Amino acid sequence: MTAANAVLVLLWISITSYAVLAGADFGGGIWDLFSGSTSRGMRQRLRIAASIGPVWEANHVWIIFALVILWTGFPPVFAAIMSTLYIPLTLVAFGVIVRGSSFALRQAAPQLALKRAFGPGFAIASLVTPFFLGTVAGAMASGRVPPGIARGDTLLSWTGPTSLLGGVLAVAGCAYLAAVYLCVDARRDGEYDLVEVFRKRALIAGAVCALIALAGIDVLRLDAPRLYHGLLGNGLPILLASAALSSAALLLLWRRMFAFTRILSALAVVTVLWAWAVAQYPDLLVGSTTVAQAAAPAATLTALIIAVAIGSVFLVPSLALLFWMVRLPRTVDARQKVES
Amino acid sequence: MIAANVITDNLTAARAQMGVSLGWHIIVASLGVGFPLVILVAEWRALRRRDDAALRLARTWSRTAGVLFAVGAVSGTIISFEMGILWPGLLGTYGSVIGLPFALEGIAFFIEAIFIGIYLYGWDRLSPRLHLLSGIPVAIAGIASAFFIVTANAWMNDPQGFRLVAGKVVDPNPLAAMFNPATPAETIHLLLASFMVTGFVIGSVYAVAMLRGRRDRYHRLGFLIPFVLAAVSTPLQIGAGDFAARYVADRQPIKLAALEGVVHTERGAGEHIGGLVINGRLRGAIVIPHGLALLAYGDPNAIVKGLDSVPPDQRPPTNTVHVAFDLMVGAGFFLLGLSSWLAWTWRRTRALPRSPWFVRGAVLAGPAAAVAMEAGWVTTELGRQPWTVYGILRTDHAVSTAPGLFAGFYVLLAVYTVLTISTLYVLRRMGVANRSALPDAVALLAS
Repeated sequence: MTAANAVLVLLWISITSYAVLAGADFGGGIWDLFSGSTSRGMRQRLRIAASIGPVWEANHVWIIFALVILWTGFPPVFAAIMSTLYIPLTLVAFGVIVRGSSFALRQAAPQLALKRAFGPGFAIASLVTPFFLGTVAGAMASGRVPPGIARGDTLLSWTGPTSLLGGVLAVAGCAYLAAVYLCVDARRDGEYDLVEVFRKRALIAGAVCALIALAGIDVLRLDAPRLYHGLLGNGLPILLASAALSSAALLLLWRRMFAFTRILSALAVVTVLWAWAVAQYPDLLVGSTTVAQAAAPAATLTALIIAVAIGSVFLVPSLALLFWMVRLPRTVDARQKVES
Repeated sequence: MIAANVITDNLTAARAQMGVSLGWHIIVASLGVGFPLVILVAEWRALRRRDDAALRLARTWSRTAGVLFAVGAVSGTIISFEMGILWPGLLGTYGSVIGLPFALEGIAFFIEAIFIGIYLYGWDRLSPRLHLLSGIPVAIAGIASAFFIVTANAWMNDPQGFRLVAGKVVDPNPLAAMFNPATPAETIHLLLASFMVTGFVIGSVYAVAMLRGRRDRYHRLGFLIPFVLAAVSTPLQIGAGDFAARYVADRQPIKLAALEGVVHTERGAGEHIGGLVINGRLRGAIVIPHGLALLAYGDPNAIVKGLDSVPPDQRPPTNTVHVAFDLMVGAGFFLLGLSSWLAWTWRRTRALPRSPWFVRGAVLAGPAAAVAMEAGWVTTELGRQPWTVYGILRTDHAVSTAPGLFAGFYVLLAVYTVLTISTLYVLRRMGVANRSALPDAVALLAS
């Protein structure tokens, strides 16, 4: 594997990690939006907040990581994407700010009335942000980003059929992942009524994802023919794996066998993204710029790979520690008594 | 071709947007660097001496820090977007040279975010000792990420580690770029500034409480722990500032000329305090003869380059830079005075100064440190203009040519206004709620 391909793999690991980890955090916000009135939706909202509270900041870092790898490893592609798609990307950035700060402020606010003030910001930004990220993905996939600075149409480039498909699929996918994770979390914490609530939502969101994906076949055939042919070619095995994984996950949910639903659902999303990557390879900008053409010189790529390798030595155990800690039961110790 | 007025409009819009984003983030990020240290000192003291006041402070502060980390994380994220949205000409060309420290910063910030999750949610899940240990990576990673990000800014002031052939980067050397001549001065200066902002700002909050008569041990300790961190950093910062100024004199003489308002090249130039350049002359300044030559070059008769040694289109906006520089230095010396007052009194009496003027000064210390941080940042960023990458890439060549950038700036302004008000309001409510909960806690302890 060339150094450029290795960096591309790192980039795609970051983007998939962002999708299955932060995607579910956005999804939590989407379900917050549909949780109903303050009193009726209270327990659902608390469940959502408890699940995403400790992890969302760490999950969020994957997008920063992806941007940094992109601008270090493939500088001209970074410039082309960010400048042509600056409108949806600016909206994503605002969505990230509103979602994150609203959530943190809502968690910290000492009174219910004040908490309620931040609810809409958190929930609506959670819905809007993945949509615009999906439109960016659609613009990339349908070859609407030309090389150079701001050479693409700043409005039409991200409002085409594939972008709308990407946006809707991203929202539905986030909602699906969140419902599955919340279902499993609720079961772990013995909240059996909430297990049923989120199971039903996971099934609905899963079915919606499947319908959008099926409709998407035609959209891609007409609007993104290069990607369409790639998906039927090199990408096909992964795409079929994705179909199998998602069917298995939905079947297990249906039969209330929750043991592997979380991992199967995450893998179903991962495989969709990798099928896209494989289908589009070697183009970074469809029809104009390949991985090799855009890659930074070898010295930079090597330094980047070494840095990430050294970083992983610290990152992997740290992440493991975080996900382990989240599952520990809360103990009310003497320290807490002093306060409450 | 791109119309010239699109570039001019975009340049104004992009600079305004970047300025607001960074100016906001730099304060929250400073708190992200310094706050973990302050909290860890309190928690360590609580464990070591079974000090309940220290424990209450550590828990209260960790909730505050939780909010600040969250808004810091998201306000930092938009900057990584803006690097491409507003300035595609910078990383689109030089990403291969200066991307590495951003990647390292990403890793450090990742570790910080992970351990913040563990620390904040670990209070009632981990043993006290393990919990204290889980805070240490937060502090280290915070300092590391600030270091890495500032090396990238240092590179913009002193670009190294590549060659340009026909406008294309060849032979990038990311390590040489990262460890450029500006790196030591800039990184030390910013880290000390972060400790000062954190310490003086938190200290200010408790100084206000003390001014209102809450002088119990909880409030005194809440004042002392952060204030001492800042007070120790202050004299070091004066030294680091001198080091940074000598660096600027050596490598960026035009920036130095703007800092000091030196219009014409001059042998044995004086140190200028205050004043404005009007019609090509510095007016209204206090001049210390030979001061600048001596401070910058160690020779009272050294030649100091003036702004007129370069063409007008290569000069930074002198008055803004000069005023910002003086503001920073002035605030720094005010804080040095306050720190010395505390040190002097503490040496003799092992207690805080009794004078209400000290407490009033301490109330002002937080805003003064924040002003110094902002002014220092304006000094270095505007002092580098018209260059984004000093001597290599002009800012008007780095800016995006996409139409309509101004809309983004107006939305940003609205979002940040609401964000600032909301954050301050929630922190204030948290403080009030915390105080009203205190009698209950005391009653519970007594029972």
